[in-house]
Amino acid sequence: MNIHDSYPLRDKAAFAGIGTSAFGNFPASDSYGLGCEALNMALDDAGLRPGDIDGLIVNRIPSYERFAEMMGINPQYCLLTETPGRFSGVSLSLAMQAVATGAAKTVALVYGNNGRSKRVNYGGGDSQWSAWGMTSPGASHAMMWQRHMHDYGTTHADLGWVAEAFRHHACLNPEAVMHGRPITREDHATARPICEPLKLLDYCLINDGAVAWIITSTERARDMRRPPVLISGYARQDNFTYGSAPPTDYWQGAFAKVQSEIYARAGIGRDELSGLGIYDNFSPTVLFSLEGMGFCPHGEGGNFVKDGTLRLGTGRLPTNTSGRHLSDSYMQGWGIIAECVRQLRGDCGARQIPNAEAMQYICGTNIALSAIFRRG
Amino acid sequence: MKPVIDVWSTPFWDAAREGRLMVQRCTDTGQCFFPPAPVSPFTGRPNTEWIESAGRGELFSFVVFHQKYFPGFPTPYPVVMVKLDEGPMLLTNLRGAEASALKIGQRMHVVFDPGVDGITLPQFEIAA
Repeated sequence: MNIHDSYPLRDKAAFAGIGTSAFGNFPASDSYGLGCEALNMALDDAGLRPGDIDGLIVNRIPSYERFAEMMGINPQYCLLTETPGRFSGVSLSLAMQAVATGAAKTVALVYGNNGRSKRVNYGGGDSQWSAWGMTSPGASHAMMWQRHMHDYGTTHADLGWVAEAFRHHACLNPEAVMHGRPITREDHATARPICEPLKLLDYCLINDGAVAWIITSTERARDMRRPPVLISGYARQDNFTYGSAPPTDYWQGAFAKVQSEIYARAGIGRDELSGLGIYDNFSPTVLFSLEGMGFCPHGEGGNFVKDGTLRLGTGRLPTNTSGRHLSDSYMQGWGIIAECVRQLRGDCGARQIPNAEAMQYICGTNIALSAIFRRG
Repeated sequence: MKPVIDVWSTPFWDAAREGRLMVQRCTDTGQCFFPPAPVSPFTGRPNTEWIESAGRGELFSFVVFHQKYFPGFPTPYPVVMVKLDEGPMLLTNLRGAEASALKIGQRMHVVFDPGVDGITLPQFEIAA
């Protein structure tokens, strides 16, 4: 018997509700207002009231206490998680654990961000390397991508397939910030440089918005309004060796561990996946993640995405079907996971993956993690 | 931009002012590391010493900033990632050449740029 057969959390927790606010520039609101909007949508989706929530995890909203006070929630489990986007997946696992252990029965997870209207700059300020002008997550990814091109012969044009596919998806999604603004691979190639070798269309958007998920036991979720989406597997490996400088291995070491566990834990193999949600803060991360999860050999990510592998309609692995960080909305992974849930419910309209049965979320960061969801 | 100087990195910046590039070495394993820290990342123990680097290394990767983040850095400007022969990676600036001259794997060596406010910044040139 495979040791992973005993993964104790397989299909134990489920999404019972999903909510996403409008995405854009909303100076008249803030992360609290947007978070309340998303949570109310998730509560309505699940058929719940605030008093039914006994676990609360908030992210990018300054105070869990003020947020809970606003919503009239007095839980038995509550925390605020760290701001980097890797913490969407971390928060997911905390909710799974809380539900599995009985620390909470029904957990609301709420992300709210008003970085666009606040003109938040993801770079600058004092840091280990600022005296040399080195700053920003984008520059760190540019550094990795430069080396990847050297090591494997990938090219900037390979990333154009990623950017074009996700923009195509955003054009099928009326809620996306970039809806109605298609791009070509030529546009990607000629965009203005931000931190070379990366250019504007390799970078995620910055916009205001909020996302809420309600996670409870699969058993309870079955009694709620919508069909549950089960969390079948989860795996994570941190690598803080790269805390200060850009990673030199594209997180492949950490991903190898995640890859060795995630499919066995979920009981779902790569071939059974209907699509992917990949954390796309910058376009190279998508290739690092595909290589890391073994969809293609190391260094082959560029060839793998050529000819539209990630594109709805033509590709074997439709990825980031809402348009996600590059073209829908920068919700730091929270929206990617919400989109996986919507695909598995069949709620996606023009961008629906036919008969979606299972979706995988992958996040390539110093906390490398993945989760697999399936229709309940 | 003034560097962030804390109790652990003070010896690095003091040495730079004297034209020396210093990194820490784990005395249990012999491996060097940077940024400066109270303990060795190879053992977690405080058995470390400062050594003078020969200031030579290899270009691991590089970027060119076009986005302006710091008032003191006219764009575009490159940042180079240099793997010192002693092991640690440094993110630093290129001196004496344009970014178009950079090739991953080429040899680099340290030069010292007396900057503002008594800070000397170790930077790198392409080795002849």
